[in-house]
Amino acid sequence: MKKYLASHVATLPPSGIRKFFDLVATMKDVISLGVGEPDFVTPWTIRESGIFSLEQGQTMYTSNAGLFELREELSHHLSRTLGLSYAPLDEILITTGASEAVDLVMRAVLDAGDVVLVPDPSYVSYAPCAILAGASVRFVPTLAKDDFRLRVEELDKVYTPKAKLLVLSFPNNPTGAIMTREDLLPIAEFVEKHNLLVLADDIYSDLTYDGTHVSFASLPGMRDRTLFVSGFSKSYAMTGWRIGYVAGNAHLIGGMTKIHQYTMLCAPIMGQISALEALRSATDAKNDMVTEYDRRRRLMVHGFRQMGLDCFEPLGAFYVFPDISKTRLSSEEFAEQLLKSEKVAVVPGTAFGPSGEGHIRCSYAYSTEQLLEALKRITRFVEQRLANL
Amino acid sequence: MLTDQDRRLLKLIAQDCRLKPEELSIQTGLSPDYVRSRISEWEKDKVIVGYQPMINWARTGEEKVTALIEVRVLPQRGYGFDKIAKRLQKYPEITSLFLMSGGFDLALLVEGKTMQDVALFVAEKLAPHEHVQSTATHFLLRRYKQDGVELMGEEETIQRLVVSP
Repeated sequence: MKKYLASHVATLPPSGIRKFFDLVATMKDVISLGVGEPDFVTPWTIRESGIFSLEQGQTMYTSNAGLFELREELSHHLSRTLGLSYAPLDEILITTGASEAVDLVMRAVLDAGDVVLVPDPSYVSYAPCAILAGASVRFVPTLAKDDFRLRVEELDKVYTPKAKLLVLSFPNNPTGAIMTREDLLPIAEFVEKHNLLVLADDIYSDLTYDGTHVSFASLPGMRDRTLFVSGFSKSYAMTGWRIGYVAGNAHLIGGMTKIHQYTMLCAPIMGQISALEALRSATDAKNDMVTEYDRRRRLMVHGFRQMGLDCFEPLGAFYVFPDISKTRLSSEEFAEQLLKSEKVAVVPGTAFGPSGEGHIRCSYAYSTEQLLEALKRITRFVEQRLANL
Repeated sequence: MLTDQDRRLLKLIAQDCRLKPEELSIQTGLSPDYVRSRISEWEKDKVIVGYQPMINWARTGEEKVTALIEVRVLPQRGYGFDKIAKRLQKYPEITSLFLMSGGFDLALLVEGKTMQDVALFVAEKLAPHEHVQSTATHFLLRRYKQDGVELMGEEETIQRLVVSP
């Protein structure tokens, strides 16, 4: 049946994560640091409101753009926390996870032949979504020497006049890097100069450990050039509820709403109602989770540095991205051998783009006990490896 | 007022008092010396008043009875609630003692081996106390949750994928 697959789908490379997932799935008693979602269960107040909504029989479609109440509350929330101003009526669209929002942005603004600039390494969906939208991708390396921040020098190197959209994904998965206002300002100049749009994937914006997140959309002149994408999965431990959103210029949001209404109709109502509860009363629960991630983050960075490996201190998200090149193994070799000999699953840095080579991604969305056991095993593996070189 | 750092440190100790200063230091980013000196200050100032494991006695099969006792007292001039409480708290049977707003004054948690023990304590020690006007004893039947820990019910089992982007 293979011949029936559309050629642009047939040629789309499978996710590097998938391959590794299949390998891990064949093994027993593995400690996995490979998961990109919180280990917390959704805070009770949020779950309870979902349950109550079902008891009340709220099981219908919502408007395409999402419950107005939720958009209104989000509008306040974005203004209060990030200084952003979006009208609930036509500048916010509730989506089925931030993943849908990423896809909608790409499909709404890209024409065949357009080029998308994607930081490398970064989350696995940007490039495939761009390709499915008929565009092509140029990766912009972010380097360990720059603390994995995006630099204009690197943008200049890959820039083409066909470039239309720049993806910004900070705090970054997999590196944990953030961009400060000072880091973002030159990027804004670059965007202005080349007349680009920006997809700002701010899904980890609540998970920062050194000051508050600065959103690209809040920089002077950048609001209408930015499509602000975020969601509830990471901040409120709500991955399975599938609620995300995109905010931006009404004209662009209108385009996305058209696609959304034909393909998704609306995001699940139970998730939307629960997301509203999250905004209204789960701030403390969210902050407690951030505090807990912070302590695990320190534990992990310390653990890898004790092994003698270079480990960049992540200031956002919930991943560490240690440099394993000292072991003279490639990322994939390291991950595979570690899995086979110590039964610890980590994700090779290359799953997130070619610049991830020499690194592995370890999530610290796990209990301290699990993290300590994993660190013990990784230490044993690295020590043996270094001793045999 | 606590600084953010100190608050983080105290919360960690409250969560798990078995953590050594070195471990606390790694997990907070504070120096081990600072952690050590802060803890001894808190111990001295009675901010940290003890280190106790939380034991669910119901699962040990040990006989143990707890009662919540509402007490109304007669405060007298120069002899307010605090003084009465200070005397009452000396009884080892009383494990917790609180001043309350509302229909009664003091709430006591009293522990004994049997209901008889508790009843005797109330009848012989508490009720005849010169400042005690009346008591109402409620025996505790089952502990569902204590100090933030759910003691009953099924553990939530989280089933995440082993690897996800």
